[in-house]
Amino acid sequence: MWDSIKQFASEFFVTGDPLIYGADAAIAVTLVSIVFVLTYFKKWKWLWREWLTTVDHKRIGIMYIIASLLMLFRGGVDALLMRTQLAMPEMQFLTPEHYNQIFTTHGVIMILFMAMPLMFGLFNIAVPLQIGARDVAFPFLNALSFWLFFWGAMLFNVSFVIGGSPDAGWLAYPPLSEMSHSPGVGQDFYIWGIQISGIGSLMTGINFIVTILKMRAPGMTLMKMPMFTWSVLSSCVTIIFAFPILTVTLALLFIDRFFGAHFFTLDGGGNPMMYINLIWMWGHPEVYIVVLPAFGIFSEVVATFAKKRLFGYKSMVFALMSISVFSFFTWAHHFFTMGSGANVNAFFAVTTMAIAIPTGVKVFNWLFTMFRGKITFKTPMLWTIGFIPCFVVGGMTGVLLSVAPADFQFHNSYFLIAHFHQVLIGGVAFGYFAGLYYWWPKVFGFKLNEKIGKWAFWLWNIGFYICFMPQYVLGLMGMTRRVVTYGWDTGWWELNLTSTIGGFLMGIGFLFQVWQIMHSLKFMERDTTGDPWNGRTLEWSIPSPAPAYNFATVPVVDARDPWWAEKQQRDAGRLAAPAAAYEPIHMPGNSGIPFIKSFCWFLAGFGLVFDWLWLAIPGLIGVGLCMLAHSFVYDNDYYIPADEVARTEAEARGAVG
Amino acid sequence: MKRSDAIRRFAAFCSLTLFALLAAGCSDRMIVLNPKGPIAEQQRDLIYISAALCLIVLVPVLLLTFWIVWRYRDKAGNKAAYQPEWEHNAKLEAVWWGIPILIIAALAVITVKYTLELEPSKPLASAAGKEPLTIQVTSLDWKWLFYYPEQGIATVNYIRFPEDTPIRFELTSDAPMNSFWIPQLGGQIYTMSGMAMKLHLQADEPGVYYGSGANFSGEHFASMRFAAEAVPQEEFEGWVAEIRRTEPPLTEEGYEQLAKPGVADVQRFSSFPEGQFERTVTKYAASHQHHAHSGEIDTTEGGGGHVGQH
Repeated sequence: MWDSIKQFASEFFVTGDPLIYGADAAIAVTLVSIVFVLTYFKKWKWLWREWLTTVDHKRIGIMYIIASLLMLFRGGVDALLMRTQLAMPEMQFLTPEHYNQIFTTHGVIMILFMAMPLMFGLFNIAVPLQIGARDVAFPFLNALSFWLFFWGAMLFNVSFVIGGSPDAGWLAYPPLSEMSHSPGVGQDFYIWGIQISGIGSLMTGINFIVTILKMRAPGMTLMKMPMFTWSVLSSCVTIIFAFPILTVTLALLFIDRFFGAHFFTLDGGGNPMMYINLIWMWGHPEVYIVVLPAFGIFSEVVATFAKKRLFGYKSMVFALMSISVFSFFTWAHHFFTMGSGANVNAFFAVTTMAIAIPTGVKVFNWLFTMFRGKITFKTPMLWTIGFIPCFVVGGMTGVLLSVAPADFQFHNSYFLIAHFHQVLIGGVAFGYFAGLYYWWPKVFGFKLNEKIGKWAFWLWNIGFYICFMPQYVLGLMGMTRRVVTYGWDTGWWELNLTSTIGGFLMGIGFLFQVWQIMHSLKFMERDTTGDPWNGRTLEWSIPSPAPAYNFATVPVVDARDPWWAEKQQRDAGRLAAPAAAYEPIHMPGNSGIPFIKSFCWFLAGFGLVFDWLWLAIPGLIGVGLCMLAHSFVYDNDYYIPADEVARTEAEARGAVG
Repeated sequence: MKRSDAIRRFAAFCSLTLFALLAAGCSDRMIVLNPKGPIAEQQRDLIYISAALCLIVLVPVLLLTFWIVWRYRDKAGNKAAYQPEWEHNAKLEAVWWGIPILIIAALAVITVKYTLELEPSKPLASAAGKEPLTIQVTSLDWKWLFYYPEQGIATVNYIRFPEDTPIRFELTSDAPMNSFWIPQLGGQIYTMSGMAMKLHLQADEPGVYYGSGANFSGEHFASMRFAAEAVPQEEFEGWVAEIRRTEPPLTEEGYEQLAKPGVADVQRFSSFPEGQFERTVTKYAASHQHHAHSGEIDTTEGGGGHVGQH
């Protein structure tokens, strides 16, 4: 009996690596201390009422951001472990098996569990406020999306200590990811972690499309929408066409693995190429899904901190929408070298380089927004200015990669690694940081410390170039991606060491950001204006943090920068203060179902990973019961009485005044 | 803001210097830019042409960025114009829609032309009028197996071939897919089970060239390196004769053994089972195709000859 328990435990838990034991201990200590703190301060009820059951988009946004920053930490540690292993030739720091797991989880976490949720967090905290709405179109669905992401991410991360991590690369090409070559549970954690959170992503896409199309304040026509809202719309349109492909692809891979089917196997009529086509039909649009909102953030930030209207609004809208359409016609450039033939390669090379045109136009428009402006260099603006040269260089190497015959030399080399990190860090991460610093005071009611923020910015920036510029050269020196180590004879070590130093500088930059948040929580003064950056759009017209109902009276919009226009009219003495005729406000009620249902998904996913039908079936039944229960809930809204609105506004506006 | 601008310029200067130094120190080691064969040479030219075209936009944008940020910073005494309502100029926008369109159009024409010319399945014309040599490549977990069907020999993790002679590589995999890459001779092509891909390369001068597997294929993927050595014709013939004389044959059992997951040193074999490569290609297709003719490789389309798939 004891032996069989020991046998089970040694397979169930990941064993044999001091790093893992350290992580086990850290996880256990963290969990115990969280439970202790919540119990000691009697906060369980508060946690459940205010957070776990909330359908308020602002709180959901905050939870997305916290979760994604934790994931950024995990993905970043993965990155630094890899860079340590590669710092010198023939390093023995990580075994090949461990290294393969780490680059797989690094990729999956950074794209799917860091970039996506951080993006959704920014959607949530900014979009309803920008368009003058009181919540998203489907608040319950919004909560469900978040909890599906959260439990999906937990399921994926659990593989670190239980069962073993996936190790077939972030896109898990078959046949490597099939039962024949990856018999462990890691690949199943990969499938179910992504599936569960992917459903959430798809629902968020739908939710924000409807919110943007149906919930705008009166007078805000499509062509008067803030540019960030436009970028969210273009990103969400891309999501709803791309994510179903991912779901189907991973479902087919699961059927292969679980039921022994042959969609992507080598034998039995399967074809791995089919998987590679499908996964990139999602995978390529995916990178535009994450970068388009960053473009929107830059547009907001650059106009605010240059104190000038956004230049070329119509061009910007056209560029965003054309990028989201074009993103679906470039996927085959990820495998020019798989023998598609000259005609196919030529087609996809040309569509890929065509995307550079609208992207380049956006850069010029940002530059000419600053031209004849008055630029101040607050942290959101610093990240934006840091972004432009970085992204332009990254974009140029992207065009080089798109030249199909040349790509035969770049493909799978460190040149490619340097390129996509430059556009994903320089474009996406810098953009989300800019957005985070920009909207932080709106969400939390205080700014982040500028001085520490500037240190973080310079560490990240300098670290970035030191880390990734050498990797372009390494690619030209023939270094291929995903190698666990290399020999002294290759002559790669100086540049690898340089790159590792840069990686650690970025890591220190991240620590400065953590310090910045901690320091600001304690020392920063409350922002009483509601408009700390002298903003232009509606979110700055309400107090910070925004009240539960966002807008006491629904604003009427007649300009592209409505809040800027209103401030100007007021300065000219032309605008009387609006009469405070408050009405009761209709609000969505909280619900525990999203949390419970997503947790049931987690149980079902965990059961399917280990082939434990005794867990998977009850989990799925739980999911069904939650759906059933929710369909009988009729009492899921309430009204905030007019006098309570008046009281809240008086308090907040009193602080504002 | 003055201080942070100074830091910015200093950082830019440092990184440029560092980059230039590194680039100078590594230039001969940048093997992609140091080609030894016609394919790699044209690919290098194409890299230079496309980079030059991109620089037409890149350099002005970088200069413009630094100039605008400097010129329009909000600072007491800055006399630069401030026009907060200026948001549209059709002529300017036409310029930056137009120039990228022209550059991309030029690049597209060049790319299509080179794509057709450098299609890897296209045979190379030899200037010296030499007949091409065929080498059949199989990627295994985690080693490269090479057959010389015309010479009847086989090697592991090492190839040797005559200089100035077109080499016709036929590639497949008996393991998760990999990618066959000898940067100084030309770009890579994937090795995939159930297919015989084609790649034509040539070395213009003798030398030992770095070769590796470029696509991740599992645990010991990093060990999948091989040397590709180009030698004069006579030396190649002598090498073949010596292998035939001194090395053991590769048997079917030997192949089974070799195909098992694991790493391997350089090996040489005086012979290999007749049709082994074709059997490896067709075995995946044959398991579900009743009328797959073993050994018959359809080369009519694209780079990858599909076997037994109709």
